[in-house]
Amino acid sequence: MTSNSLPMDALSEMPESAEATKPSINKPAPAVTTSSNGRELTPFAQMIVRQLNKLQKGSPVASGEYYGQPGAGDSRIIALFSTLFFIGLWALVTETGMVRPLFLPSPVDVVARMVDITLDGFSGATLGQHLAASLGRIFGSFALACLIGIPLGVAIGCSRVMRGIFDPLIEFYRPLPPLAYLPLVIIWMGIDESSKIMLIFLAMLAPVVLSARAGVSSVKIEQIQVAYSMGASRRQVVTQVILHGALPDILTGMRIAIGFGWTTLVAAEMVAAERGIGFMVLNASEFLVTDVVIAGIVIIGVIAYLFDMLMRYMETKLVPWKGQI
Amino acid sequence: MNKLKIHDVSVVYPAAQGGDPVTALNEVNLTIEQGDLVVALGASGCGKTTLLNLIAGFIRPTDGYLTLGDSRIEGYPRVAVGLDIGDEVTGPGADRGVVFQKHALLPWLNVIENTEFGLKLQGVDKQERRERAAKFLKLVGLEDFHQHKIYQLSGGMQQRVGIARALTNDPQMLLLDEPLGALDALTRESLQELLLDVWRETHKMMFFITHDVDEALLLATRLIVMSPRPGRITHEFELNFNQQFLETRNARQVKSSPEFIAMREKILAIIHGDEIAA
Ligand SMILES: Nc1ncnc2c1ncn2[C@@H]1O[C@H](COP(=O)(O)OP(=O)(O)OP(=O)(O)O)[C@@H](O)[C@H]1O
Ligand SMILES: [Mg+2]
Repeated sequence: MTSNSLPMDALSEMPESAEATKPSINKPAPAVTTSSNGRELTPFAQMIVRQLNKLQKGSPVASGEYYGQPGAGDSRIIALFSTLFFIGLWALVTETGMVRPLFLPSPVDVVARMVDITLDGFSGATLGQHLAASLGRIFGSFALACLIGIPLGVAIGCSRVMRGIFDPLIEFYRPLPPLAYLPLVIIWMGIDESSKIMLIFLAMLAPVVLSARAGVSSVKIEQIQVAYSMGASRRQVVTQVILHGALPDILTGMRIAIGFGWTTLVAAEMVAAERGIGFMVLNASEFLVTDVVIAGIVIIGVIAYLFDMLMRYMETKLVPWKGQI
Repeated sequence: MNKLKIHDVSVVYPAAQGGDPVTALNEVNLTIEQGDLVVALGASGCGKTTLLNLIAGFIRPTDGYLTLGDSRIEGYPRVAVGLDIGDEVTGPGADRGVVFQKHALLPWLNVIENTEFGLKLQGVDKQERRERAAKFLKLVGLEDFHQHKIYQLSGGMQQRVGIARALTNDPQMLLLDEPLGALDALTRESLQELLLDVWRETHKMMFFITHDVDEALLLATRLIVMSPRPGRITHEFELNFNQQFLETRNARQVKSSPEFIAMREKILAIIHGDEIAA
């Protein structure tokens, strides 16, 4: 009986009530009643096996779900417990006074502070205003980076001339830390909104361009050749084959870019900002208001996470074939 | 009447790291005329796919040239070639349809969209291209799978979509690189019959690569046997087993005739000779 993938060996250690039976061809025993070495299981053991089987989903096993990449499968329940565990740990060490509130305020204090700054504000603006300022910068830069980066990356991937022109430029600035060129951006663009957007935009541009370019070169040569031999023009090959084929990589690049954007946001808001979640955190840290610092960090983390989930959802909708073919 | 001519064509692939350049084809000559169903057989690595890529216009010969009708097939446009025949230079095009060994379908399109893709590129209106695609999907036995995604099909079904796609595009010439290799015996036979029917009706030129001697003998009007290192055409046979098959519709009967068996032995001897020498 191999139809059960459950730990039969452990169950077969249980007290036996029946002697060994041979599986009969005419009358196949129900899958559950014998253990791997052919011995009949006690009713109690059968019940356990049945319950354990119920825990597993009844859907057909996808190829590679078990004997595929190690670690495939659903981890959401584990993630939930892990999250609760760490919040619990946080509450424990703070509420018992093991860690002083100056270093780590308790979750309750942080939540209370969040409510407080939502209503009354902190350093000159409410939480909503700080958030709106930051989200405007992030998503404004993101839209700009996608609008410019995706066509540019595709063009670099598709054209020798474009590659020649832009490759050195992008490869040169890409590894530079945004803080290194921040002064330059300020000298050029001043200290108002445009320099902040520019800084975040620059941080986001490189991953978008590079992933679009990688996406172009990941398109299978046979798909391109077949398109040509069905009469496609060069332009049609780009719009009908390459753009679609590059989409999975482009979406990955967009996810990475948003991550870079959050990283750069605080740097951008260091300079002459009056609003922004990064500014709020910096300002709070100067006055050692740790609960605002933590509140800001949690908010950034949660928003970034939610956006990433949205992107992943879009991935399953837009490129359901990713990795399938 | 269009004709494909291959004149003294050689293809030398540049050396891999630390190796010698590979002469994949050496001074190959071949003419394919309207109504020819040319089947290429030969040991692995003898340059069959290279020859198909040349005809399709995907690669350019190192030496020699190819013409289709009045135009010259070039892997990509060359500036100032100094052509001595024809004026036009053509790369790959809708006149030569390709079916690859492994399907090259577009996974973001479903089955019917893949099949009509070529017509869409050419701007045929939706109603008509749907009809034509549906006709060929039915012929390959996939009439119930129009809306399926490519990755929801089995390997053999994917390959059949690839064949339907090439046929829907109605090219002058079909280039098929081991198109039926991945199929089960039954489907394979029905698709052989389908291709022969299409060929008889339309008199398309076909260039068909296979490893299967029986398949080669059953389909070919002309069989070329190639041999490796350097790749060249060593034997050529005119055959008419496909006429017998189209009359009787009985592959097993044709294949068990004494002439067929004798021919098969002859071909196998040649190929085995090559494989031992290689
Ligand atoms: N892109 C390439 N670069 C370098 N060498 C190549 C390339 N493509 C093919 N070759 C070489 O050319 C020779 C012929 O290859 P080709 O693919 O035409 O063989 P084939 O007859 O189609 O073989 P098979 O029956 O295994 O498909 C081989 O020796 C191969 O190593
Ligand atoms: Mg080949």
